[in-house]
Amino acid sequence: MDFTLSERDRMLQKSIREFAEKELPPRMDRMEETGEFPLDLLEGLAKMGILGVITPREYGGSGLGHLARVLVLEQLGRICPAIPMSLEVHHMCVYGINTWGTEEQKKKYLPALADGKTLGVFAVTEPGGGSDVGGTQTTARLDGNDYVLNGRKCFITNAHVSDIWVVAAMTGEGRKGMSAFIVEKDFPGAGTGHVEDKLGLRGANTGELVLQDCRVPKENLLGGEGNGMSVALETIVKCGRTGMASVGLGILNAVLEEAVKFANERVLYGKPISRLQAIQFYLSDIYSDLEIARLLAYRAGWLLDNELPADAEATLAKQWICEAAARSARKAVEIHGSYGILKEYPVQRLLRDALVTVPAGGTAEIAKVVLSRQAMS
Amino acid sequence: MEMIVCIKPVPDPKQAGKMTIDRETGTMIRRDVPSVINPLDRHALEASVRIRERHGGRVTALSMAPDDVLPVLKESLARGADRLVLLSDRRFAGGDTLATACVIAAAVGHLGTFDLVMCGDETTDSGTAQVSAQIAEFLDVPNIMHVDDCGVSPDGDLRLHSRNEEGAFTAEGQTPMVVSVTADINEPRYVTLMDVLDSEGKEVLILSADDLPLEESWIGLEGSPTRVLELFEPERKSRAEMLSGTPAEQAAVLADRLRRLGFRNG
Repeated sequence: MDFTLSERDRMLQKSIREFAEKELPPRMDRMEETGEFPLDLLEGLAKMGILGVITPREYGGSGLGHLARVLVLEQLGRICPAIPMSLEVHHMCVYGINTWGTEEQKKKYLPALADGKTLGVFAVTEPGGGSDVGGTQTTARLDGNDYVLNGRKCFITNAHVSDIWVVAAMTGEGRKGMSAFIVEKDFPGAGTGHVEDKLGLRGANTGELVLQDCRVPKENLLGGEGNGMSVALETIVKCGRTGMASVGLGILNAVLEEAVKFANERVLYGKPISRLQAIQFYLSDIYSDLEIARLLAYRAGWLLDNELPADAEATLAKQWICEAAARSARKAVEIHGSYGILKEYPVQRLLRDALVTVPAGGTAEIAKVVLSRQAMS
Repeated sequence: MEMIVCIKPVPDPKQAGKMTIDRETGTMIRRDVPSVINPLDRHALEASVRIRERHGGRVTALSMAPDDVLPVLKESLARGADRLVLLSDRRFAGGDTLATACVIAAAVGHLGTFDLVMCGDETTDSGTAQVSAQIAEFLDVPNIMHVDDCGVSPDGDLRLHSRNEEGAFTAEGQTPMVVSVTADINEPRYVTLMDVLDSEGKEVLILSADDLPLEESWIGLEGSPTRVLELFEPERKSRAEMLSGTPAEQAAVLADRLRRLGFRNG
């Protein structure tokens, strides 16, 4: 087995690291304060090729693939996890359209999702439940050349900062009754609702989409009528879970760096607290979580690039890494003592960010159900 | 314009704290710190790429280094160089600035005619700031250091602005010449994912001492008149004092100290 990253991967890792270290910190206070995504960053994200990292070159992307996406999101998340949170959902929109879209749909939407004018949305969750995809209540009724959509989508990342939404709605009954649509923000009847005020990942916009007699042209049906469940599940499992794993991985990088920095600087009993075994045990735990997380996330990306089965691996990566990020961030706060709860120390934000990743994109409990099936298979 | 940019791999300055010194051999232990392209060399590369974008030509990144740092140097291709030339040979090891400049000048001559050789003013590892002048001397062309602005005039001459602690001047002159730049000359662009991809098809040429018109006595340790007598870490004196108390109490103590040091209101 070869665990080394290629020259290309190492170079793109370095380039994104430089971009993140310079471009993200100046925007972070405002993101925390307002809970808004920094739209002025979109142009830079597009130029860097980050928005189009899994978009094929013929549609304006770099087509570097899923491992590259993990590396990119990790480096961004090391500085500001809210950014890769937004981007991972943006990539889900790209993934859905690229995998199931017609040539016309790809030509129309993929370049627009790579050039920095907007972010993408992938909207399945409803007030009635996110884990229960089959419980979707939004309806789509064919009327002439349009589908007419009615319903509400909630906890939707990028809801208020996106012009292009992939939306799941019921065109019939049961598993085969779900269809996916590409909805433009400016379609009649398409609107946004409540903006969520979150504990963490505050700079990633989260909110409601409202569809009131929203008219969507027939040609915007994605993947054919009745295939919405496949569109939703495959995108969530493969792209969404690998993406969330990458966000958690980015957080773990930052958690270890902040913990080590503080432990080396903080002097108690005449020496840095990093010389105390109690603190060393915490650092060892965090380091272990980071190293395991990296292996899990990179494997998920690598499997996807090689078109190998990755559902269980992506689910494992998401579930394990996001919980590891939360427990390690908690330990980093412990290392900081009372400083850890002060806003000027990043660890409190990292803990809040990590807590948000745990249910985002699929709860740990749903993931464990999936993993138990794999265990028993 | 045919441009050659000299680049050097140096230990990442951001991780300089990890560097240690082998007291027995008097050399730096670099293995714990990853290498990067010397920061000022990135500015030189950016300046050359900008000239090419406006006026055409070719940019060659040139480095004398062990071949295991080739992946680090390939970043120059993603940063816009058209090709990378690596001068790698065990016999080059231990060269001082004179021996290094001798090898680089020989390589510049070997590569054909050139208009401009660009370097960073100095490197972060040794900081001698001698190599660009020595290259110019070997090539027998003019040299200008501390360049913080450069352009090409309509008749093809180079227009350069140079600033040092004593003043500044603008010079205009015909190529070929050797210049070295400061960080003020530009802000190097980010390497995008497309740049990384595009760099993969670019030419990489590796040359050894046998490829160049060099004599053994000019290169490596033998060709180096410089002798390093001692390498040592400067003594670290921590003079920071931590204040305690409420923010108001700390501010009062701080204000008092500043007053005693001679700072006054207004």
